[in-house]
Amino acid sequence: MTGSQPAGPRPIIEATEVSRNFGAFVAVDRMSISVREGEIVGLIGPNGAGKSTFFNLLSGVMRPSRGRVVFDGADITKLSPSKRARLGMLRTFQLSREFSRMTVLENLLVAPQVQLGEDLLPLFTRRREVDEIERRHFDRAKEVLAIAKLEHVENNRASDLSGGQKKLLELARTLMVDSKLILLDEPGAGVNPALMKTLSDMIQMLRNDHGKTFLIVEHDMDLIASLCTSVTVMAEGRTLVSGSFDEIRQNRQVLDAYLGGAA
Amino acid sequence: MLAYIVSLATFVGFFMLLAIALNLQWGMTGMVNFGIAGFYALGAYTSGILSSKLGLPVGLAMMVAVLAGLAAGAALALLSGRLRDDYLAIVTLGFGEIVRLIILNEDQITEGPRGLRIAEQPLAGWVSVENYPLLYLGLVVLAVAVAFALSETIRRAPMGRVLRAIREDELVASVLGKAVLRHKIRIFAIGGGIMGLAGALYAHYVQNISPDVFLPMVAIFIWMSVIVGGAGNNWGLLLGAGIVMVLLEGSRFIGDIAPWIDAEKLSAGRIILIGVLLIVTLHLRPQGLIPEPRYRNKFQRKS
Ligand SMILES: Nc1ncnc2c1ncn2[C@@H]1O[C@H](COP(=O)(O)OP(=O)(O)O)[C@@H](O)[C@H]1O
Ligand SMILES: [Mg+2]
Repeated sequence: MTGSQPAGPRPIIEATEVSRNFGAFVAVDRMSISVREGEIVGLIGPNGAGKSTFFNLLSGVMRPSRGRVVFDGADITKLSPSKRARLGMLRTFQLSREFSRMTVLENLLVAPQVQLGEDLLPLFTRRREVDEIERRHFDRAKEVLAIAKLEHVENNRASDLSGGQKKLLELARTLMVDSKLILLDEPGAGVNPALMKTLSDMIQMLRNDHGKTFLIVEHDMDLIASLCTSVTVMAEGRTLVSGSFDEIRQNRQVLDAYLGGAA
Repeated sequence: MLAYIVSLATFVGFFMLLAIALNLQWGMTGMVNFGIAGFYALGAYTSGILSSKLGLPVGLAMMVAVLAGLAAGAALALLSGRLRDDYLAIVTLGFGEIVRLIILNEDQITEGPRGLRIAEQPLAGWVSVENYPLLYLGLVVLAVAVAFALSETIRRAPMGRVLRAIREDELVASVLGKAVLRHKIRIFAIGGGIMGLAGALYAHYVQNISPDVFLPMVAIFIWMSVIVGGAGNNWGLLLGAGIVMVLLEGSRFIGDIAPWIDAEKLSAGRIILIGVLLIVTLHLRPQGLIPEPRYRNKFQRKS
């Protein structure tokens, strides 16, 4: 599959024949995928196809039973989730996971990765620096809040947000960090049409203006069609087919897979 | 009467130290600790033995007690850090009992059930014997103030924020790139150190420590203080520790008013009273008397 890609920007992530089983059940079966810098790749497929499990394997939340994941040129198959994140891979979850009892602003401020003020000693010996860094993160958080249209709820507890706002908050949280790849697991699920527009604009803007790279699992085909540079269809743990959205749409197998599952 | 109040206040101070430590571990970070008595005993015996048996200066002995608590905290967090949350509950409970059983069954160093006599006291001879309890109270207040300031500094800093994030959702913290285990070990160690200090201060105050003081019950009183006061909030637990101590001590006087209630019933009654307080709190004000404050950024008002 990687061989058939046109020469262009280098791949930021390459998973090769990655598998994962739960007992005797094979949830992900020799999945391979490659995402190049600046791409927005869609990963679609019926419920239970193994998309979220595949995300867990890419982000290190679960270990693959076999296969290899290379990120930005380095083999990360055995790295912990936090080390992967520090290399620049960020993700959201299908069921949004916000820090419930923290404010929206705090959810953003916690995200930047290595913060001097997270260690004890600098709180006493390097106060000025800690404050300066905090100030920078605060300014960044304000920008991100504006982009995600969450300014009016910045001091609300994250648990008080609507489902759609929680999705936006999760995406917003990833923007606090300099990332090389963002994995979004159903960012549009349960988001109302108005917020969907914000979400879609946000992703588009991040790619066009900031050169961000995305791999997106999504059921909303309008979102996939409008955003994705290429699409991979997954069914029963495997790649069914991949190509442009138009190619995919006309594929017989894809239609079957979707009609067979609960699309 | 004044002597009694001074002594009561000193004991409230010990409770406050333990509660500040538990709030760092559980209130802010979500790490359960049922072995508070173990840390308390470890600090008490470390300082007691080093000063009374090995002749170390009291100040130095107390410092070693803090280090012992620190090391025990780090070790327990490391041991259970990679396991599920519930393991920490079991591990800490086990730790508390092991410490107590070692003290009880060891004869030469800890003096076992006879109890350890500690003649040494910090700053002894600085003031007259009558005024010494007041000086000691001052010392305890100072320790509480320092621990409180430390905890409050952590709570307001990015460090407190990352701890809260770990409390809310450890997995998300790790996919954001946070070194979760390192943060957990550090805060559990800091809490352990404060508990060790509380134990040392207790030992040199009562001057006679025995294993029967360090029952798992201690943990319940401290948990009560933090829950009633408001987990995650440092002011609340000061109030909580005061309330719990007043309840515990106040119930003593019931014996004077109602002499027909014997001592055994009375001590059972205290526990019931504490239980009722907990249930009422959880029903009426689950977030505690003074809930965790909602975060405000110091830059927010300026912009
Ligand atoms: N932790 C788990 N234990 C057992 N089975 C699981 C687990 N996670 C997912 N599965 C199963 O793996 C399959 C794929 O799930 P998932 O990756 O969530 O699919 P998708 O995201 O494509 O809907 C499903 O049949 C699901 O029940
Ligand atoms: Mg899924």
